[in-house]
Amino acid sequence: MTATLERLPLLVRDWITGFFPEPVRWLVSGLLAIVAILAVFGLYFAYLTLAERKFLGRFQNRPGPNRTGPFGLLQPFADAVKALTKEDIVPQAADKLLHFLAPCLVVAFGLISFAVIPFGRYLIPVDLDAAVLYFFAAGVSSELALFMAGWASHNKYSMISAMRALAQLISYELPLLLAVVPVIMLSGTLSTSKIVVAQGGWTFGIIPHWNVLTPWGFAGFFIFMIAAVAETNRSPFDLPEAESELIAGHLTEYSGFKYALFFMAEYFGMSALCGLGVTLFLGGWQAPIDILQVVPSYVWFMVKLSCVIFCLMWVRATLLRLRIDQLTRLAWKFLVPLGLINLGNAAFWHLSADWSGPLQIVRWAISAAVIVIPFVLIGRTLSSGLAPRTYRYAT
Amino acid sequence: MNLILVLIGGLMLTAAAVAMSLRNIIHSALLLIGSWLGVSFFYLWAGAEFVAFAQVLVYVGAVSMVVLFAVLLTRRDRQDVVVAPETRTRAISALLVGGSVAGLLVSAVLGTPLATGPAETPTLTVKDLGTLLAGPQAAGLLIAGVILTVALLGAVVLAATDSGKEDAS
Repeated sequence: MTATLERLPLLVRDWITGFFPEPVRWLVSGLLAIVAILAVFGLYFAYLTLAERKFLGRFQNRPGPNRTGPFGLLQPFADAVKALTKEDIVPQAADKLLHFLAPCLVVAFGLISFAVIPFGRYLIPVDLDAAVLYFFAAGVSSELALFMAGWASHNKYSMISAMRALAQLISYELPLLLAVVPVIMLSGTLSTSKIVVAQGGWTFGIIPHWNVLTPWGFAGFFIFMIAAVAETNRSPFDLPEAESELIAGHLTEYSGFKYALFFMAEYFGMSALCGLGVTLFLGGWQAPIDILQVVPSYVWFMVKLSCVIFCLMWVRATLLRLRIDQLTRLAWKFLVPLGLINLGNAAFWHLSADWSGPLQIVRWAISAAVIVIPFVLIGRTLSSGLAPRTYRYAT
Repeated sequence: MNLILVLIGGLMLTAAAVAMSLRNIIHSALLLIGSWLGVSFFYLWAGAEFVAFAQVLVYVGAVSMVVLFAVLLTRRDRQDVVVAPETRTRAISALLVGGSVAGLLVSAVLGTPLATGPAETPTLTVKDLGTLLAGPQAAGLLIAGVILTVALLGAVVLAATDSGKEDAS
């Protein structure tokens, strides 16, 4: 029963490809993977927007969208129709081709990064040897699309915002990569499916061997998630868009469905980055306890992904937007040094792998101290002189 | 198989050729990035996926940003982005420099003894590449890293000359 459920997507795939002659089966199975990703994550995106609005509503003590269908469940489709039927305004002086190309590219680059995420035990669209590298190669390409959007609009505010957005993305690329490197060091592979397999197994059947449950993994996960929030332009790092202050930044000259495409790309990027975070730190499709393995692995993956994304929504509802100097300072003075220290920490963890007995406790203590002490010290230094806040103009 | 190679080569060369003939320097830069992407397709075609993704990461992700930022930060206004038709001296110097680089490359290619005939396809995993880079080739990697760091420090020194006048915040 469990095995059948686990292999269900494969069985469906084989059943569909069975209708086609042998020579084109590889093509059909490839296309099926693409269609499945588009359908599943398209719907996931639609309901993420609804969930986000619902949750934000609850956080702010209001009901959220509740008029379209039962509990507002048809709201995403109403929004889609609205975005599609809106007038598409292209500025007269804009670079028409690039103006059109930018939203398409940004969605395309967001989507292709799903290709290497292992959604289940047998469910990985492309099992590449250099999967993590592929993921980041796809990620950095979207920066280019962002630049195109800003430049093609022929609006100096769009241009300045695009440059600010690029500065933010480039700044946070570094802590993101520095947080990922320890995982690669300790699992000894760049393949996402092997990284998940390396996190298999349970101590006493209840404590999973996920990377996040080690000192370096815990620090790495937090650096990764902070950088991921910044990479996907979400609050509290959403100042490239900052609709209340910057009239939507590089999206100023976009309207209708092109504007919606940028948000689609944002949600795709967020899902993909959180998926990578789940894969690298939270054990991917592995079940949290031994006996819960009866639940298919892809269900676990989606549950973990949804939990991580819910945390991001919670952060969005709680924290205030940062200023650009605070944002870059956080990246360069706090996250990058911590990431580098964490790299050394992971090296220590790797070298002390054969310590046992009481030495195991020493290993944990040293590893935790290596990351906690710099965290406190750097944090104290950076925040000294900032509190208590004085208000010069308000009384 | 060869058809794909011709297509990739065509894409790379067309992008490069159009990039050279365009007057709008941003368009040229974007097409140049397209050409670099073509190079990474070529690596993928050749089975070197690690190199292909590294090419995308470094060229499409990083070098492209350097090029675009350099273009935007050195031009006064948008009209300036469109370069005026070249004068004769510029054409001559461009031909000289381009010709000498091309000559250097061609002579290097011709001077290198290349193994012809059917070669065995090496089955290198990323792990093998990593061990090679961290073991026998570590010196080269370190030297490249040091050179890049020096270049970065030089850039910081060049860029930070007039920041003394502003109050540190």
